[in-house]
Amino acid sequence: MFNVFIQVVRQDLLAAFRHQSAILNPIWFFIIVVTLFPLGLGTDPTLLSRIAPGVIWVAALLAALLSFERLFKDDYIDGSLEQMMLSPYPLAWLVSAKVLAHWLLTSLPILIISPLLAIFLSLQIDAFYALSLTLLIGTPILSLLGAIGVALTVGLRKGGILLSLIMLPLSIPILIFSTMAVEAAASGQDYLGFVLLLAAMLVGAITLAPFAIAAALRVSIS
Amino acid sequence: MLKWLHPYAKAEHSYALAGKLMPWFLILTIPSFLVGIVWGLAFAPADYQQGDSFRIIYIHVPAAMMAMAAYSTMAIAAFVGLVWQVRLAEMAVAATAPIGAVYTFIALFTGAAWGKPMWGAWWVWDARLTSELILLFVYMGIIALYNAFSDKVLAGRAASILTLVGVINLPIIHFSVVWWNTLHQGATITKFEQPSIATEMLIPLLMMIFSFATFLGFMILYRFRNELLQREQHRAWVVKLVQAKQRG
Amino acid sequence: MAFTSFSDFLAMGGYSFYVWLAYGVSLLSVITLISHSVLTRKKIFKQVAQRLQREKRIKAANNREHNL
Repeated sequence: MFNVFIQVVRQDLLAAFRHQSAILNPIWFFIIVVTLFPLGLGTDPTLLSRIAPGVIWVAALLAALLSFERLFKDDYIDGSLEQMMLSPYPLAWLVSAKVLAHWLLTSLPILIISPLLAIFLSLQIDAFYALSLTLLIGTPILSLLGAIGVALTVGLRKGGILLSLIMLPLSIPILIFSTMAVEAAASGQDYLGFVLLLAAMLVGAITLAPFAIAAALRVSIS
Repeated sequence: MLKWLHPYAKAEHSYALAGKLMPWFLILTIPSFLVGIVWGLAFAPADYQQGDSFRIIYIHVPAAMMAMAAYSTMAIAAFVGLVWQVRLAEMAVAATAPIGAVYTFIALFTGAAWGKPMWGAWWVWDARLTSELILLFVYMGIIALYNAFSDKVLAGRAASILTLVGVINLPIIHFSVVWWNTLHQGATITKFEQPSIATEMLIPLLMMIFSFATFLGFMILYRFRNELLQREQHRAWVVKLVQAKQRG
Repeated sequence: MAFTSFSDFLAMGGYSFYVWLAYGVSLLSVITLISHSVLTRKKIFKQVAQRLQREKRIKAANNREHNL
């Protein structure tokens, strides 16, 4: 059972590494979006450090949104999604492996380059720690929520904009708690409470979302 | 309970049952609406702080409450539909979503029109208005998803799944928005939250809430019948219905 | 009665614009909802009626062909 999980993750990672642009494009998009804000709002460091958490989180949200379409699309087109359904392993389990692979490919790179952006937006070191922590805990929730949206829209020809319509409202709490944690950290307050709230949401999402994703895929494929 | 019914007869029976119930809902709606609105607009005393602008409460509060109630209805219907595979329940989800969206829009708009004289701005990021706005987004997402599928059976099931995902999320959204609001606005506006409301003001409010609720029921039944007709349009009972209408 | 005259009632204690705007837009949205629902119902009936007509015509044409 566990071997299958690892195998699915590895397969997805290997397939992605063959098309490197698919991994790199969302990251470039993320960097460019963040760069636009100082250009549009001016370079006042106090202003930038104040808006930084919101900007980075919104950019991460949009970058994740762009990459979601790939999550099930190829497997849907070449029929391997149907194969997955017929396999003796529970669909929710296999799907979690795919989401994990997707998170490793899209959100982890964002986490890795976030120090660079923190410098761009003159974020303080304490706030930066909080930001990395919220990104680490928050982006998996985003991936799980997004996977539900993708699973619902994968069979549709024009699923892209619809995906953002159904997914963005649901990701608002993550945005709110993450930016509040960073703001608290920036003003020298304790931000552990927000991080724990995010962690609780992550636990909830990990337990519930795979079943929703599996149910949604069954709808899309039948 | 539904198993013994013939699968084709089920839709026809529900159509007839909904048709029988509809007039009752209308009978309950119209008098309570008329009495409530006349009483609220003309007879209830003006609020000592807000003057006559408080009369917006008679649509704002019922619309906001029933927008939530509509979502709860959808969530229950979605649960029933997905767990027991009752397609009729999934149709009820699709039938309710637009009504809930309209109620949410009314609550938002009247909230803004009330906020302008009270707060001096059409829009403030008040916790209640903000979560109402997000509720509208969620409704629009469900409606858009439903309309995107050409196969309405799949559409109903997809919308049901999204409704259930939303019902887990909505309390979290509301909670997070309230928290975010208290942190961002030093002094929260509590003008909406009157500690106690005079009886002469409360009775028309309750009547309006009642009439909004029964109207919600009426519209759900009406749109549910539309869904049934749409999906079963090739079945004999719909054909018979159409022919009867053409003759009559 | 909270108002002394009808014009007093319309003035709503100086808040006439906001009160009537709120009530007007709400009424309008409910009317839109109702007419949308009624129109949908009519459209379905029309669709089915048109389909029946078409089927009848096809049947009649087939019969004619058969008789020739």
